[in-house]
Order: sequence, then C-alpha cells, then structure tokens
Amino acid sequence: MSLPKILTAHTHLPGIETFDVYRKNGGYAAVEKAIKTMTPDEVVEEVKKSGVRGRGGAGFPMGMKWSFLAKPEGVPRYLVCNADESEPGTFKDHWLMKTIPHLLIEGMIVSSYALGANASYIYVRGELMYVVRILEKAIAEAKAAGFLGKNILGSGYDLELYVQPGGGAYICGEETALLESLEGKRGNPRNKPPFPAVKGLYQCPTVVNNVESISTTSWIVNNGGDAYAAIGIGRSTGTKLISASGHLKKPGVYEIPLGLPVQEFIYSDEWCGGIRDGHHLKAVVAGGSSVPILPAAMLLKTAAGEDRLMSYESLADGGFATGTMMGSGGFIAMDETTCIVRNTWNFSRFYHHESCGQCSPCREGTGWMEKVLHRIEHGHGSMHDIDLLVDVAKKIEGNTICPLGDAAAWPIASAIRHFRDEFEWHITNPQEATRPGAVFKGHMELV
Amino acid sequence: MLETKPRIEFTPERLERAKEILTHYPEGRQKSALLPLLHLLQEQEGWTPAEGMDYVAELLGIQPIEVYEVATFYTMYHLEPVGKHVIEYCRTGPCMLMGGEEVYAHLKQKIGAQDGETSADKLFTIKPVECLAACGWGPCFQIREKYYTHLTIEKVDEIIDELKQ
Repeated sequence: MSLPKILTAHTHLPGIETFDVYRKNGGYAAVEKAIKTMTPDEVVEEVKKSGVRGRGGAGFPMGMKWSFLAKPEGVPRYLVCNADESEPGTFKDHWLMKTIPHLLIEGMIVSSYALGANASYIYVRGELMYVVRILEKAIAEAKAAGFLGKNILGSGYDLELYVQPGGGAYICGEETALLESLEGKRGNPRNKPPFPAVKGLYQCPTVVNNVESISTTSWIVNNGGDAYAAIGIGRSTGTKLISASGHLKKPGVYEIPLGLPVQEFIYSDEWCGGIRDGHHLKAVVAGGSSVPILPAAMLLKTAAGEDRLMSYESLADGGFATGTMMGSGGFIAMDETTCIVRNTWNFSRFYHHESCGQCSPCREGTGWMEKVLHRIEHGHGSMHDIDLLVDVAKKIEGNTICPLGDAAAWPIASAIRHFRDEFEWHITNPQEATRPGAVFKGHMELV
Repeated sequence: MLETKPRIEFTPERLERAKEILTHYPEGRQKSALLPLLHLLQEQEGWTPAEGMDYVAELLGIQPIEVYEVATFYTMYHLEPVGKHVIEYCRTGPCMLMGGEEVYAHLKQKIGAQDGETSADKLFTIKPVECLAACGWGPCFQIREKYYTHLTIEKVDEIIDELKQ
C-alpha cells in the first residue's frame, strides 16, 4: 500500500512555495470547488465526516468545533489560525508554513468560506518573522490571482486574510490567550465559558484552529470527508504530522497515517531510521513536552502487551499509569545518555518561564517545582523533595484557568512515576550525579 | 528634575507600514496593531525604548501604560539597549539533548558575554530563549529573523567570525 500523502504530496517540489508551482500542482482547486459548487454547510459537513481532530494538541474533532460556531444575524464571525507553535518538541507547523505556505492559505480560504468569515487572521509566533514574510507574500499572490479579496471567483464572497505576529509567549498558543494577544493585550487566558465559538475575537463568534488542521481542509474538500476517514484507525482518522527530535538517526517532520506502529515509526528507514549509532532508546516524550514521558518499553507495548500505535487512543492506552498522549505530535526520543532529572528540570524551567502569572497555583507552583528540581539536579536534594514535587504537581493540576498548569505538572509527575530510582540516585549520590555528563546507570530497560 | 529625552517617531516608510497594518482590524479595534507596531519600533531602534512606546500609544490612541504592560509581558521586546546582533539561543529540552549546552557555553566564551550581557565591543548580546520550534534541527539560535540550525562548535565559530567582519 502506498502511503497516503495529504499534506506532503508536493512539499518536495522545487518552487512549491510560489503560487505558480502550487497552482500547477492542483493548488486552489479546493477553493474553486467549494465556492462554485458547495454551500458553506456542505463544506462543514465534509469536514465533520472526515473526523479530523484538532492537530494543535487537544485532539477535539474539528467539524464539531465548527458546528458550535454561533451565527447571530449581523454579527461578524472570525476564523483565526493558531500558528503560535511553541510546544517544546513541536516544529511541524513551522516546517509546513515555510515549505508550502499556499497550503495554509488555501485551507484558510476554504475554512473561512465554510464558517462565513470575511476577515481571518493567521497568528504566527513572533520568532517566526521570516515565516510571516513568506505567508504575506503568498497572500499577495493569491489575492492577485483572484482567490482572496472582494467577490472571490465572481461568487460574491469576500475574504481578507491577515498575518499577525506574536511577541514571544508560549501561553498565546492557548486559544483564548491568543485572542487576547490579537486584541493587543497581554496573553492572559480567559475564563470559559463563554467559549470563543460564542464570544471570541472582539466578543464575536470565532473559531481557532491549528495550522495543520486548517491545511487538511483543501484535501477534504477535493476528495471528500469519507476518503479522509478511510485513512487511519478508529477515531484517529487521516494522517498526522509528527515532529521527530532527539537521538534519532533522521530527525525531521513526517506525515504518518494514524495507526502506524510506534516501533515502525522509530526504527523503519521510511521514518526515523532508528536510534543514533551505538545507542539505545531509553525514554520518549511522544506528543510534545507537556505529555507524560514514558520509558521505551512502555511506549512500544501497551500494558496488555500489544504493539502501541501512533494514534490518539493507543498512545493514551493505560491512562497516565502506563500511557501518554498524542498531543501535538512532538516526538522527542532520548537514548541512554539522557539524564531524566536534568531533562525534567529543563522542562520545569520552561513552564515557569512561560506561566502567564494569572492563577496562583501555576504562577507559584511552577516556580517551586523548578527550584526543587534544580536542587535535586545540582546535588542538594532530599528524599522528601520527590514527594514534595508530586504534591505540588497535584495542587496545580486542574486548578488553573488554562491547561498550562496541567502541562507543567504532567511531565514532572510522570518522570517521577517511571524514573523514581533516578531521582533517588541523584539525592543519595550527589557527588557522582553532579559530574558533567553523569547519568544514572542502574537497572534500566533499554530498547 | 525629570530628564527630557528626544521624541521617537517612525520614519516615513515605517509610518506607511504602520498605517497599512491598522487597516487589518475593524473600526475601533486599532489596539490590535500593538504587537506588530512594537516589532516595527524595535526594528527601527534596535530595542524598545519607553519614548518609542509613548509614540506607539499616541498612534493607537491608547494610554502609554497599555503599551508598557504588553511590552513587558512578551519576551521579544528588548527593554534595555542591546548589541548590534542579539543572539537568542534555544535552551529548551530537545536542543539540550542535541548537545546545546556545550555549544552555547562555547558561544558565550567566544563572545565574552554571559546570559543577558552585551559584549564589550557592543556587537553581540546573548539572550537565552525557550523553544524556537526548530527541535529537529537543533541546537539552534536566532539572530533577528534568521535561524541558525544544526549548530556545532565549529559552526558557531564560523558564524561569529563572519558577523564580526
């Protein structure tokens, strides 16, 4: 069976970032089809049928999210693309936008048409200013060709598309923080309800979708939602971009059919090509830094002994006791040279740095977790610290306005759950553990 | 006595860009242009001085405090003068796994500045940042809009030597 290519069918072509090459390879056919032959509701229906789930990390069915959009008479509606990709381990949207910008632009037009939006925004993290320029150029090209602006393809449908740079803040990947930021404010997440579908940008009904999610819509319009749903496994339909990083032979961005065995993804030459020479896999963070870390063996097989698959359900199999999450698809592989304590401390510093400071459990808790992990890593920890970390993590989880608190708690709780002996070794052997490059060599199942 | 500093304004070319950006938003929502305008300001001045923020507030018809509270929330706006090249290196997990710590230690030694510092010749400022969404191409850093990926000690030497010329 040839591998389904929904997002990456043309990414290898020279010049694909230009309108002409993109157009020659079937680009903007979805805009023509949708606007000339389908009603907006029919487009929504196809996206619903496809079963495509939000690719930013939450995994919520996109068609269902669209169907929640309120449509009061005379009130503008907005589509906002979340291109604030900042989850450590995740770089697929960055790659997709710089490689084939028109795929996102076309998806934005199709999706805006479906939702009845006449002004749509792509909010790109500020660090990616060069990608902002690429997207702005693509928008100008699409507009010159009549796919954007007033009366698109003579249909009477008007759409303006704008690119908005952020200012450097992970929290703005949370959709309500993103909307605050787009309104020119600090990126403090809003309380929900009301959800953006009712009161979003400028208090108007708004849909916020991830880059990869929006980029699938052209294919769905061209081929039908059923064809999309035929790819994948169960409720994990279609393909997913995986950002592979860490100690792999071939790190990079891969489009995989959902349901691919994890083993195959790591070791097959088609994908990551295995672990770097002379090393073995110790642990993996499978879905971006926020999801629970798993020891290699637990990642490859579920608790029931079955092969684990790259799907929302299989990765989550066993709950947090033995499973993890698909998240954003940020797949970070770590070999036996990796110190789990150091890595966990590094991630805790990230969340402390990125907490917006609005909710006390997160503002204070992330700081304390970083401090405690810092002292364990630097040879000043006590056994009590391990339980203290678990306790702080529990007190953050579920007690904050947005999921950043959970995202900060899970990596720490899971690292202690699965690698407690490594934390204990740091505490009981501070001199040895603080030597540069020192790694726990106790019993450890490598793959 | 209050010190009076020279007023900062956009160059005519940047003012045109600012006016174009303002057309992106509906009537009465011009505050949305704040982040993009702060980027324009920093592009022009090299950093984000308070006088420039006051000017942006004036352009948008908002209070200066509304600009300050935003500029201090986001990490990209330099609130102090910086060197000619600001090297923003990614210190987060995946880059660290790929040997980032050694590479960045070398970078700091070569430049002669620690985190947050500017080199004596005012050419470089070192700024550690969190994940730059280039994890599969790490270690990496960014100078203005350019990403430098797959960094090694040798590559850092080459980049810095070139920038010094």
